[in-house]
Amino acid sequence: MITCKTSREIGGMGHPIKRKEDIRFIQGKGRYVDDIKLPGMLHMDIVRSPYAYARIKHIDASEALKIPGVVAVVTGKDLEKYNLHWMPTLMSDTQMVLPTDTVMYQAQEVAAVIATDRYTARDAKEAVRVEYEPMKPVVDPYKALEPDAPVLRTDKEGKTDNHIWHWEVGDREKTEAVFRSADVVVKEHMHIPRIHVVSIETCGCVADYDKVNNHLTMYMTTQAPHAIRTVIALVAGHLGLTEEKIRVISPDIGGGFGGKVPVYPGYVIAIAVSFLTGKPVKWIEDRSENLQADSFARDYHITAEMAATREGKILATRFKVLADHGYTDAAANPSKFPTGLFSIGTGSYDYDTAFMEADAVYTNKPPGGVAYRCSFRVTEAVHAIERLTDSMARALGMDPAEFRMKNFIKKEDFPWKSPTGWTYDSGDYHAGLKKAMEVIGYDDLRREQAEKRKKGELMGIGISTFTEIVGAGPSRDFDILGIKMFDSCEIRVHPTGKAIARFGTKSQGQGHETTYAQIIAEELGIPAEHIQVEEGDTDTAPYGLGTYASRSTPTAGAAAAVAARKLRDKARKIAAYLLEVSEEDLEWEPGKFYVKGAPEKAKTIQDIVFAAYTNHPPGMEAGFEATHYYDPPNLTFPSGAYICVVDIDKETFEIKIRRFVAIDDCGNIINPMVVQGQVHGGLTQGLAPAMYEELIYDEDGNILNGTLMDYLVPTAVESPRWETGHTITPSPHHPIGAKGVGESPTVGAPPAIANAIVDALSVYGITHLDIPITPYKIYEALKAKGVIED
Amino acid sequence: MAHISITVNGKRHEADVEPRTLLVDFLREHLGLTGTHVGCDTSQCGACTVHLDGRSVKACTVFAVQADGRSVTTIEGMSADGALHPLQEGFREEHGLQCGFCTPGMIMAAADLLQHNPDPSEAEIRHALEGNYCRCTGYHNIVRAVQYAARKMREQATVEA
Repeated sequence: MITCKTSREIGGMGHPIKRKEDIRFIQGKGRYVDDIKLPGMLHMDIVRSPYAYARIKHIDASEALKIPGVVAVVTGKDLEKYNLHWMPTLMSDTQMVLPTDTVMYQAQEVAAVIATDRYTARDAKEAVRVEYEPMKPVVDPYKALEPDAPVLRTDKEGKTDNHIWHWEVGDREKTEAVFRSADVVVKEHMHIPRIHVVSIETCGCVADYDKVNNHLTMYMTTQAPHAIRTVIALVAGHLGLTEEKIRVISPDIGGGFGGKVPVYPGYVIAIAVSFLTGKPVKWIEDRSENLQADSFARDYHITAEMAATREGKILATRFKVLADHGYTDAAANPSKFPTGLFSIGTGSYDYDTAFMEADAVYTNKPPGGVAYRCSFRVTEAVHAIERLTDSMARALGMDPAEFRMKNFIKKEDFPWKSPTGWTYDSGDYHAGLKKAMEVIGYDDLRREQAEKRKKGELMGIGISTFTEIVGAGPSRDFDILGIKMFDSCEIRVHPTGKAIARFGTKSQGQGHETTYAQIIAEELGIPAEHIQVEEGDTDTAPYGLGTYASRSTPTAGAAAAVAARKLRDKARKIAAYLLEVSEEDLEWEPGKFYVKGAPEKAKTIQDIVFAAYTNHPPGMEAGFEATHYYDPPNLTFPSGAYICVVDIDKETFEIKIRRFVAIDDCGNIINPMVVQGQVHGGLTQGLAPAMYEELIYDEDGNILNGTLMDYLVPTAVESPRWETGHTITPSPHHPIGAKGVGESPTVGAPPAIANAIVDALSVYGITHLDIPITPYKIYEALKAKGVIED
Repeated sequence: MAHISITVNGKRHEADVEPRTLLVDFLREHLGLTGTHVGCDTSQCGACTVHLDGRSVKACTVFAVQADGRSVTTIEGMSADGALHPLQEGFREEHGLQCGFCTPGMIMAAADLLQHNPDPSEAEIRHALEGNYCRCTGYHNIVRAVQYAARKMREQATVEA
């Protein structure tokens, strides 16, 4: 039950108020990067490699340059003169901006053409002749580690293999000892395939360098404008483009999902060209370029094992990962976490022994991988533990719900220390699963399933009870390129009691303009409709690390609450002065201070703010503004209990999701309408990799489904009607008890769906299928089991 | 160059365009109507959906010259008289949008449906929107937004009748 402390007029936390940003979007008045048109603007298009691995013998731009309207063709050799042909990745690896001699993946940027309009740029791109000498690529990450594999990163001095890094956590020896003596051990090999975020808006920018003032304005599709400004200064500082001369503007963003965190070569080339020509340069990639070259997500090969007692008590887990990063480690993780927060993979269960290790390799595939609607590799971890939990329940002959209930961390055991070192803040896993089972009618479904099995029909029920880890993060551990992962809010309240609040984060559809205003309304009593929220302009907003990994509410949302509380403290002082009482004699209720025992003696927040500008107490600083940079003491740990029911056609193996119930616990809820919307969207983005999406490469490194004709994004037809609900277990350390919700469904849905499908097929002895689980994959698996013939 | 004359949102525009100019580029680049978006290059995503003589088309798959002498309605034309179209209202009321990038195309595709089927079932709405991708909402509230608009439009029709 959501209770609201504020009136509907104030619209603080818990009110399902309609989104402010919608007014412009529903009328076609959003302002996205491609809507920006500047005088004299040039257009850039990019020549890309048809090969996964090749030497560039020669680039001939002469025909392209003859086309009227073509201004320039830029190659790696041109950028090399300015030392702009390479850039650092967020994981301290290096990446080519444009190659000087070798291409490392199909669709890699080879040259940029600049023209006066977009059509001419496209013509010129077709006219650039590139002569390649193809080489045999390394596509399979296991083969990349074989001793005779060619070393791909010859640009890295002293590199003798394709291994990038090794990572481990937990107690290897203790884990091995537990596994040796355990009653029951299960083991599954799983590939969490390479997928793509496919935000409906692709990536792009308008780089606008003003030669006279030596100033760059960079409009770009970025989820982290401040960090990008610093990165540009680090890459281009030697050209005199120091950080105060750079303004990054992230306008309306048409979905990000982690894909708009990295710095792509196109951005850097556009800046370089604008710097050299002194003209604005627009670069908007098309969808196929976006799918083929921009950061992928996932691509983890996981061997997962669980040990348990005969009675069904989990004793230990062990995960071994091979991470395929493609040509360079361009992941967007906090710097100290090469596998992100994969170590959350011990799950929602109470046991004290675990060991996890991972090795990363280079291959001739596009670089990545981004945290696609996921707090850095949490999706991979949750899939592994939740699939494994089902396998163990099956091996023990236990119902998967009963097995989970038996092993959940108990509500009273929080804060709970995980065997990989995390301190889970709060949770009530039993309540979540119980609610999901009641809503879906679990026991009846199991009875129905037993009946159907007698008739040979394929029906499956899948559960996922996941724990997320979000809100990166506490500065002792979390930084990106050394910058601590705090986030910020600045509130200015105008004399008439209306406010503007600015943040270091950047909404890409999450609804910050509404939900942040609600947090401030909750704390100050100023109606949310009179609080304007602004993000995405580095000249005006306070510094922050941006929006991804469900971090906005845990960090910037907390900053908003703390900044507002600073203002409430000031308001109390002003109220005491105006009412001629001491501060201790005042009580607060949303929107006003009143004298204890004399509620008619009151000053509204509007009276108080006006006084801050017109009649402030002697000795007090005038004005009504506050800023806070919030450094979270811990991460937050949202959780959920999802149950999926599938029916599989016995002849065609078509999978139909009959029902899907998602019970989420994201702590206190700011806007239930927005939370529910986030869950719906995340569930469809969980359905996508579970049943449809995968970037497929052949042995030559050619992408086989690099357009939306072949890469299957679910539509309204594939996506079922979702059933959602919640339990509320506030975060004890977050100022408003919120935890973040955007990613839970993307993380929790795939194993629920996979578990349901495997459950249906378990009658044939199938214990695991890699996602995406397609009818064809089921056909192949049943053929392999001898259930069906060719 | 080809000379074209297209009525867009009730206003007639004359222009000389390259014959290969896509309708979506004509709307966005020549007329500055940037509410119509481009989300793909293979006619899958539907972000560019507009009405051509009252029927929805993907403006990335129509040449501007094909629209010569015809009438186009874009998202900007849906609330031209200052009042929101019931679909625009429905998308906001039912939280049928998040990032907003697919929304104009989604509204135009749904408007086509409701012109021909004032009381569609959930399955009919889902099928009608199959050519429009959304990556944020999971379509759930988009369906509800269309149902909201259908209800409202039927009520309005009853009142007018």
